[in-house]
Amino acid sequence: MNDNVDRKCEPCDRRTFLGGAISAASLTIAPGVTLFSIPSFARKPGERASNVNRWGLLIDINKCPDGCNECVKACHRENGVKSHGRPETDAKWIRKITVSGSGRRPEFEIPVMCQHCENPPCVDVCPTGASMKRADGIVLVDKHTCIGCRYCMIACPYKARSFVHEKTTGQRSFAPRGKGTVESCTLCVHRVDQNRLPACVERCQEKAGGAMIFGDINDKNSAISKALRKYPSKEIRGDLNLKLGVRYRGIP
Amino acid sequence: MQGIGYREIPSIHYSFFVVLGIMFALILAGLYAAWYMEHHGHWVTGMDNQIVWGVPHVFAIFLILSASGALNIASIATVFGRASFKPLSRFSALVAIALLIGGLSVLVLDLGRPDRLLIAMTHYNFRSVFAWNIFLYVGFLILVGFYVWSIMDRKMEALRIFAGATSFLWRLVLTSATGLIFGFLIARESYDSAILAPMFIAMSLSFGLAVFYLFLQGSFFVSRRKIGNYIVVRLGKLLRIFVSVVLYIVVISHLTNLYASEHQDIERFFLLSGREITVIFWIGQILIGSFLPLLLLFPIDKPLDTVRMTYASVFVVIGGISQLYVIIIGGQAYPLILFPGYEVSSSFFDGVINVYTPSLIETLLGIGGVALAVKIVFLGSKILPFLPTNLDDKNTDPHYESS
Repeated sequence: MNDNVDRKCEPCDRRTFLGGAISAASLTIAPGVTLFSIPSFARKPGERASNVNRWGLLIDINKCPDGCNECVKACHRENGVKSHGRPETDAKWIRKITVSGSGRRPEFEIPVMCQHCENPPCVDVCPTGASMKRADGIVLVDKHTCIGCRYCMIACPYKARSFVHEKTTGQRSFAPRGKGTVESCTLCVHRVDQNRLPACVERCQEKAGGAMIFGDINDKNSAISKALRKYPSKEIRGDLNLKLGVRYRGIP
Repeated sequence: MQGIGYREIPSIHYSFFVVLGIMFALILAGLYAAWYMEHHGHWVTGMDNQIVWGVPHVFAIFLILSASGALNIASIATVFGRASFKPLSRFSALVAIALLIGGLSVLVLDLGRPDRLLIAMTHYNFRSVFAWNIFLYVGFLILVGFYVWSIMDRKMEALRIFAGATSFLWRLVLTSATGLIFGFLIARESYDSAILAPMFIAMSLSFGLAVFYLFLQGSFFVSRRKIGNYIVVRLGKLLRIFVSVVLYIVVISHLTNLYASEHQDIERFFLLSGREITVIFWIGQILIGSFLPLLLLFPIDKPLDTVRMTYASVFVVIGGISQLYVIIIGGQAYPLILFPGYEVSSSFFDGVINVYTPSLIETLLGIGGVALAVKIVFLGSKILPFLPTNLDDKNTDPHYESS
């Protein structure tokens, strides 16, 4: 909390000003319907992530068009995740899952990625601590200390992690992908740290149904916090009590 | 009982060199397999993003469990004071060390980045049961080494019981922690159970004793020594208890799951509809690994002999590998439940029973670990006096003279 207090006490520099201006940069087209939302503020260069923020996603399944794969394509394009034509061993950072309920409710589709748990099993089981959770709730893999044991993959209840089974090309500087290590959605941490939206959210808001809202759950004035207060939302396998950073509207 | 001497394996029998030669070739094949996997990436194996632990883990965990169980013979002699097993203590400890080194070698070489072993040894996350195991395995090697020293050096005799008892307790913790690698997994329906810790202890006692007996037979065969019936009967009685306990825990575990309606689907998968997993469970684990050894080990008309004990041990080993295949591969083959009561599908194989076909390359890696363990035992017995000169009844049976 001290970080937050300190930040507010600092002289109003350009970045703080921009952060404040950006925090207001959301477009509400109707009560409770936010079309456009970006993070309220980011950290200064060199400043540590802190638990002042808890980055999260709210995905409204009712706005997620059937057959739309824009978020998946945007994520993989952004992070240089490419197919080798081997679906069993190709990495997937995000995927669309079709859920059908045998007559209880219509079939629906849902994007699933790393759920950025508050109590992440992948972090608990990792022997070297390569699986880690930043103070702001983003769950990452330290590519320098991952030994490729794959224990985190077995421990993840969401099948969110992939093993890099072969040599990769076209890597992004902000998303290194080493053969023999494990990887998953980073919530586009490189973008978040620059006050930008994750690629999937940005694409969804631009080209798809605007089903995704990204923001700081700890900031009660953020669009995501307001939406979470206004409408009921659920976690996938909430019974596991992992306190997910990704919430959904409209799931059973 | 007469005094028992210990002597190295003599270089008189060609079979010793044949065994060493074959093991050397298998170790080379295992090393080649590891290099091939690391060079090309794991896509050349049968493992994928659905089944992330494959046959190498089956072999590795079998060897690690057997290591812990093989030490049981020494523990019975030192900690529980059974004099008849005392001649086997030092060999039991050697087999335990060899099996653990073999298992760990497979585990390390199957890592995505085995070159980062140093990181695994220097970066610890103490919430991880895997990290605990790194300590437990290294500690086991050190403790058992110390135990062997206390057995083989008369000057260390005062410390023998301390070393034996510490090793005994250590291996109980080690085997529990190996079981808890799976037991702590909330994500997988087939794991996430405390019973895996005692089950793994029982499995280790059973597999370890069977493997130990096969090593003993092999070593005595190449050194032209004789095992008397008394020790065979004693080991056989132990083995049938261990096999029965494993079977009992397996039955109770499945019955408990069958009783809870939420687990009935996964039970149906294991017991009825799991294709090769179901076949391996019934044929490999239950028939070959449990019923056949029990049939052989319970005397019907005449006392147990070396032939029946050898067959029983081989069946227990086959059953053990089958059981670990069912636990490790079967547990991953069954899909994760994202929406209980709903069906799911995706391009990432959600909601489907995952298929796994072991490749030759990963099987060679696993076999290489076994070969390394055999090589260590044979070379160890060749260099140092681990093996008793003979295990005749007159040397092992405390009632021999009076009977």
